Amino acid sequence: MIPPTFDYAAPTTVDEAISALRDAGEDAKVIAGGQSLLPLLRMRFAAPSTLVDLGGVEELRHVREDGDTIVIGAMVTHARVLRDPLVNAHVPLLAQATSTVADRQIRHRGTFAGSLAHADPAGDLPAVALVLGASLEIAGPHGRRVVPASEFFVDYLESVVAPDEVLVAVRVPKQGSWVGRYEKFNRVAQGWALVGVAALVRRENGAIAEARVGLTNMGSTPLRARRAEAALAGADSPAAVGAAAARAADDTRPSDDLLAGADYRRHLAGVLTRRAVASLA
Amino acid sequence: MTVTEVGSARRRKEDARLITGRTTWTENVTLPGMLHLAILRSPMAHARISSIDVSPALATKGVVEAFSGRDVADVQGALPCAWPVTEDMVLPDRPPIAVDEVKFMGEAVAVVAARSRAAALDALAAIEVDYEPLPAVLDMEAALADGADLVHADKGTNRGYTWVFDSGEAGTGGDAAAALDDAEVVIRRRYVQQRLIPAFMEPRSVVVDPTGDVYSIWSATQIPHILRFLLAAVTGTPEHKVRVIAPDVGGGFGGKLQVTPEELIAFVAAKRLGRPVKYTESRSESLVSAHHGRDVIQDVELAARRDGTVTGLRVKLMANMGAYMGLVGPGVPILGAFMYNAIYKFPAYRFECSGVFTNTTITDAYRGAGRPEATYAIERLMDELATELGLDPMEVRRRNWIKADEFPFTTVCGLQYDSGDYDKATDKAMELFGYDELRKEQEARRAEGDTVHLGIGISTYTEMCGLAPSRVLGALRYGAGGWETASVRMLPTGKVEVVTGTSPHGQGHETAWSQIVADQLGVPFEDVEVLHGDTRTSYKGLDTYGSRSLAVGGIALYNACQKVLDKAKPIAAHMLECDPADLEFAEGRFRVRGNPDGGRTLADCALAVFAAHDLPDGIEPTLDADAVYDPVNFSFPHGTHLCATEVDTETGRVSIRKYVAVDDIGRVINPLIVEGQVHGGIAQGIAQALFEEAVYDEDGNLMTGTLVDYTLPTAADLPSFVTDRTESPAPDHPLGTKGVGEAGTIASTPAVVNAIVDALRPMGVNDIAMPCTPERVWRAVQGGAA
Ligand SMILES: Cc1cc2nc3c(=O)[nH]c(=O)nc-3n(C[C@H](O)[C@H](O)[C@H](O)COP(=O)(O)OP(=O)(O)OC[C@H]3O[C@@H](n4cnc5c(N)ncnc54)[C@H](O)[C@@H]3O)c2cc1C
Repeated sequence: MIPPTFDYAAPTTVDEAISALRDAGEDAKVIAGGQSLLPLLRMRFAAPSTLVDLGGVEELRHVREDGDTIVIGAMVTHARVLRDPLVNAHVPLLAQATSTVADRQIRHRGTFAGSLAHADPAGDLPAVALVLGASLEIAGPHGRRVVPASEFFVDYLESVVAPDEVLVAVRVPKQGSWVGRYEKFNRVAQGWALVGVAALVRRENGAIAEARVGLTNMGSTPLRARRAEAALAGADSPAAVGAAAARAADDTRPSDDLLAGADYRRHLAGVLTRRAVASLA
Repeated sequence: MTVTEVGSARRRKEDARLITGRTTWTENVTLPGMLHLAILRSPMAHARISSIDVSPALATKGVVEAFSGRDVADVQGALPCAWPVTEDMVLPDRPPIAVDEVKFMGEAVAVVAARSRAAALDALAAIEVDYEPLPAVLDMEAALADGADLVHADKGTNRGYTWVFDSGEAGTGGDAAAALDDAEVVIRRRYVQQRLIPAFMEPRSVVVDPTGDVYSIWSATQIPHILRFLLAAVTGTPEHKVRVIAPDVGGGFGGKLQVTPEELIAFVAAKRLGRPVKYTESRSESLVSAHHGRDVIQDVELAARRDGTVTGLRVKLMANMGAYMGLVGPGVPILGAFMYNAIYKFPAYRFECSGVFTNTTITDAYRGAGRPEATYAIERLMDELATELGLDPMEVRRRNWIKADEFPFTTVCGLQYDSGDYDKATDKAMELFGYDELRKEQEARRAEGDTVHLGIGISTYTEMCGLAPSRVLGALRYGAGGWETASVRMLPTGKVEVVTGTSPHGQGHETAWSQIVADQLGVPFEDVEVLHGDTRTSYKGLDTYGSRSLAVGGIALYNACQKVLDKAKPIAAHMLECDPADLEFAEGRFRVRGNPDGGRTLADCALAVFAAHDLPDGIEPTLDADAVYDPVNFSFPHGTHLCATEVDTETGRVSIRKYVAVDDIGRVINPLIVEGQVHGGIAQGIAQALFEEAVYDEDGNLMTGTLVDYTLPTAADLPSFVTDRTESPAPDHPLGTKGVGEAGTIASTPAVVNAIVDALRPMGVNDIAMPCTPERVWRAVQGGAA
């Protein structure tokens, strides 16, 4: 369908974007790649009064190195993440997970930051941001703040970004000696995840010293599988990994819907965790 | 005749414009003063419209007119059903816009006409409707029970019809009940053909221009000719005042074989407003309101002897019609009725089908229409029989199928299968597939305890193409004939225009028709232009569906070409000053027999009739010719498809490791087009097996209302197909072609499901409901049965 009528602002700086949001009031919305927002508008599930388009804000298009961190600007697309040398060298998990997102056309326009701001628990990258320990730089009328990913996601389609704020960058710590793998399970190859698992492990002397496991679509926000993580620490055999992975869905309450039953999702979380971790031997 | 074009893999001449979109689709037709329509649709499956007020919409910016079903109740007409399959079929009036009651989610309740599409859509929200909910009838068995809630209260029943074929009663075979009573083995199963959505690429769109005294209607339809005839009939407009144009049309799969509410709504609006109007559906509207396919419950019983010989089959169907009868919807299961016996020789057969009303979108033709259902049931049953008897599934089939030297073969349904060689196609497929090696691998992996199980699935199929001999259609109570037309027009410069009554919507007719003409008339492929889809240029035809275009329309074209040559010959003879009987025609040139030099080309003759200065006495100055061909029989392509699946028992994921299709579709005009049809067809059949299902909740809301939930596969979900052919030409006509549009879809679904079940049999699984999603497969593995 056709979106309802809206006003349109095309700022060229972050400051202009913030003023535009302030001027437009409560019902304004930021638009980045539009790949999540436009479907909502076209289905008429959302009717913002004004769209503030970040497309012309040059300062949001960078990827840069800042000590032990890779800083990814808010208008960096999935496609750019995939081919960016800094990302590939220092946070390969993000590149590998991004390769599972949607299809080429959507990756060409959709942004990494937009995926996080949209806070869809079925999105692949929120769980990845969690395990990577990313933090999010947010600018608003009262200045800038940095929020860790673990505090960023509030609920289904809700993050801490206020209506008058703009997410400007995602700061992702370099993986260093951690190795990661994103396992996605979907019904069709280019579909959304029924369940996804982002695993990041650090090994010492052949055993897993530390593990982080992030879960996609196992609740109304992305989650960490803390019990599986704890059980994985010290795991030194496939059997030990399997036993630990089986706890991935502990404490989760995934939805029971048309695309998958809750028990099936819980089962998948265990299998995918085992496979993700096992692939990191 | 030297054949050069026929059989060559010509690139399709229409593709550049179709792929780039630089062509006329209905949606990009724009006329002066044109208004845009938006349709308010029912959010409920079944409700009384207690009140409806469109006036607030009229007050909205840009809106010119708004009306509800009540406002047009006596002028909107009713949608036609062309196939009352029984004399007493219940045929409820189907209004384009609901008047007092809505009967399915997505049914039109009001219409807005505005200066822009956006304004029309905005105004929909202003329309006020009060619905008084009524119980939604959804389950077919419950719908047929005594005291059931009714979709059409005034009809007193949800049973639309019951149609029976019994070989004993028809005198075409024995008594199926007796065969079952006497059988050494009986296999009884219930299979469910889930509801599918055709999901053509181009959404439906219609433009109606009432300017002048002729209504011009552009529509994204498969059936411009049928639409013209029926629009004239249901609106009371003289037929010569109705012109229908199907410009380039982006796919249909049967989904555009319909006279739609939207077409009538646009007609009514244009008439009311005296201005051109356009309506184009959104994808979401398309999924909920364009007709759906399949949705049949099959109770099947197979009787056999212990040696694997099948002795009879009894089939009982419940076919979900949706809320109304579609254009050919009631007949779709009947198209399958004659195919349950498939390629086998068994002697007794009974088929019974009830068409059932429910509060859902209507169902109607969808690629294969009846035949995929039949093939699925019998091919699943043959595997079950093999398992029961401990025989190899291919061996059981071989023991039952018709042998090459038995053609033409009259089946238990009384159809005469024209030609074929099932052994040959199967042997070729088995070799390409590596059947024996894969069986060995399967055993070895089972022994090792691999959690990913290899499965092998077989589907040997035939189908009836070339719809259809008019007499047969008449006997089945179908409302029209099955002939097809072609016209060949020789232009003065020797170029050729061909008019076909078929209506391509992606199949590549322009290329195939050009190849036939090039060979028959000896003109270059590039010199042929194929015209279609506009009832002004192509005034007569029966359109495209049921793999009929080439198998029927192609023969008409061949015959028209012969008539052109017959007309040209005396003219060439006159120019060469010889007796026509001394001339032969080859490579586009008439020559005196025995004299390879000189002669006259067809272009020479075309110029001669154009000038008409010097023609033999009594010769009409034209080479143009028309032909109408009514097939004497169906054609019966066949083939063997083999599928190897890897079933991950931990997650339930099925991946197709190898897929081999050997099809025998008679003679091939263009192998590239055939490949395309086979690939697309297999993809659609695999989609039914693994991916697609339209789901309603218990209130009758369509849950799969977007392509996020209605999971269409893409190329990334499918393997590379191995395709090959055998060739048993159709004996009834000179082209020898049989039809290939639906073969892949018909064959592939059971091949895939058989492979999955084959993989899981050691775990006690003997069936999985379609689509075999990872979750369903996983649950089957958990429970040992689905
Ligand atoms: C068919 C389809 C399939 C898809 N499949 C997948 C998939 O498999 N996996 C997956 O992870 N994603 C998938 N996506 C979503 C895709 O990744 C989106 O691009 C992404 O979720 C949002 O990025 P965007 O730049 O397009 O954001 P937009 O659509 O522009 O915005 C989304 C939301 O975030 C807000 N927002 C965006 N940027 C900012 C910002 N800088 N500051 C404040 N708020 C902001 C917007 O206001 C809006 O509410 C799919 C999308 C489509 C259409």
